[in-house]
Amino acid sequence: MKLLLRRLGLYLITAWVAITANFLLPRLMPGNPIEQLIAKLQGRVTPQMIRAIKLQFGQGLNQPLIVQYGHYMSGLFHGQLGESITLAQPVSQVLGGEIWWTIGLIGTAAVLSFLIGTTLGVIFGWRRGSRLDAVIPGATFLQSLPYYFLGTLLIMFFAAKMHWFPIEGAYDTGTQTQGWNWGYILSVLRYSQLPIISIVLSSLAGWMLGMRNMMVTTISEDFVLMAVAKGLPRRKVMWHAARNAVLPSVANLALTIGFLVSGSLLVEQVFNYPGVGNLLVNAVGNEDYPLLQGIFLLVTFTVLGANFLADALYYLLDPRTRVSGQAQ
Amino acid sequence: MKHLQLPKSLKVRVGLAGLGIFILLTIIGPWIAPYDPNYTGFAQNASPSWNHLLGTTIQGQDVLSQLLIGCRSTMVVSFIAGFLATIISIVIGVASGYVGGKADEGLSVLSNVFLAIPGLPLLIVLNSYLPAGQQTNPLVIGSVIALTGWAWGARVLRAQTLSLRDRDFVEAARIIGEKRVRIMFGEIGPNLLPILTSSLLFTILYAVGVYTTLAFLGLTNVSTWNWGTMLYWAQSNNAGLAGEWWWVGPPGIMIALIGTSLALINFGIDEFINPRLRAGGVSAKIRRASGAPRRPRLGLTPVLHKSTEAGSR
Repeated sequence: MKLLLRRLGLYLITAWVAITANFLLPRLMPGNPIEQLIAKLQGRVTPQMIRAIKLQFGQGLNQPLIVQYGHYMSGLFHGQLGESITLAQPVSQVLGGEIWWTIGLIGTAAVLSFLIGTTLGVIFGWRRGSRLDAVIPGATFLQSLPYYFLGTLLIMFFAAKMHWFPIEGAYDTGTQTQGWNWGYILSVLRYSQLPIISIVLSSLAGWMLGMRNMMVTTISEDFVLMAVAKGLPRRKVMWHAARNAVLPSVANLALTIGFLVSGSLLVEQVFNYPGVGNLLVNAVGNEDYPLLQGIFLLVTFTVLGANFLADALYYLLDPRTRVSGQAQ
Repeated sequence: MKHLQLPKSLKVRVGLAGLGIFILLTIIGPWIAPYDPNYTGFAQNASPSWNHLLGTTIQGQDVLSQLLIGCRSTMVVSFIAGFLATIISIVIGVASGYVGGKADEGLSVLSNVFLAIPGLPLLIVLNSYLPAGQQTNPLVIGSVIALTGWAWGARVLRAQTLSLRDRDFVEAARIIGEKRVRIMFGEIGPNLLPILTSSLLFTILYAVGVYTTLAFLGLTNVSTWNWGTMLYWAQSNNAGLAGEWWWVGPPGIMIALIGTSLALINFGIDEFINPRLRAGGVSAKIRRASGAPRRPRLGLTPVLHKSTEAGSR
């Protein structure tokens, strides 16, 4: 339990660092980006909007930084993330509407990729030295392909050329209306296939290679030899070893989630899929700083939450963490 | 220092060769590029031909020239970022592992915090605040990338330093009164080299990935050619939908190839650090020749005859 609490503490500190960075960066960055933004927006948006931006980023308030910080923090606790410049809506409202697409897409893809990748890794590790080893260079190459690039390739071949999948979007906007009806749900499932496939393919190899290496290391442990000596069936020995080899993968889960989420956000852009990634790209392009900040916080908190879940899973799987309160 | 010799592992050789080619391209790329990458007067959307080995873009630019010239910008930024990040991770990782105590705890929390914050969104936010002129400066972008990418290296270096700190030879150096700095760099340092190299390669890999991603999003100056901006232009002109594989494909494949080269070298380093990974690495040909079973038996490391052993190590 002590370990879990420590991790929780770390994530709280991290969240605080992210929040504070969000507060400080636009204020302390050289070249004063906010002033430039306001100059650019003059005449393009309402005076109220300019005032809101000034308030949010502490322009021309003549308040000491620490007072601004207090306001910022208390606003954040009440869920105020400011007003999006381009969408003219509160940022929290914008994000609340779009995040479910992202969670559905990336969550499904992450779980699938972990399960498939780890299973393949077990098999390839078990059969080390056989012809299956030839997969390694290919997997390395696959792992090195940027997520968004693989997405583009898949669209090019399977959607634009073969017409097996829809090209972009989250559902058929021409025929379906949002809501709990079968047509819409089926359409959402169909449109999510290719984005999910592209995320799974890009992230699969990492799990697979890591698991293979751990498996190779684990099967030369004495307890595996012992299991063989007892005459257990091979399949049983394999799962016996696999259960022990999977621990580092789970421990690394926390580390990898950040990468996976970052990569997947771009897949949304390629598929023109609604969600946080798409918002992020638009926010950057339009210099919509309030939205950008909100997205950064949201993604960071989500990743931290996922990390904590991964830690809890590790805690459940590895009895040693419960006894000594230490990870390794 | 021992005389240099080619590493035996095929993976490392292929990886080194690949990396060598990319470094060569970085240096000579702009000289061997057949055309000006910005020149728009060629036939538009032409598929590969003898005049344009990788075809042309929708603006009538030569893809191969863009690819060759883009190599330099991609590699320079990535190497700057990789080296800077590695320096930060050495300072923080080794100091935290060696000094221990409160300092260690503080530095560990610091690197764990940076590890937990998702790097790319942070980078995007940081980059968007940069003054427009600075977004093209390789040193600035490299530093920003390094700032988000050092934590992983610091963590592995700390772990390794921690495990070395109490070994007998370090203890001996301490007893004979060596200075701390000398122990750190003279005794512990050389033993960190494999991990250090692997962490450097990983960081360069990370830097290639995020830099091209930033460029793909159009967050760097889109008129400087690198592989990311090529993909940016291809994406914004829907080259994928139009099936212009010669435009979309090459930059992405280059990114993947440099990634593969670095990863292959890292595999070799992994096998060097963890010899068990090597046990399965005896090629099937050698195993068959020496009469060993085709598939390695669990828990048993086959003993091969001397004549074949040389090739198997």
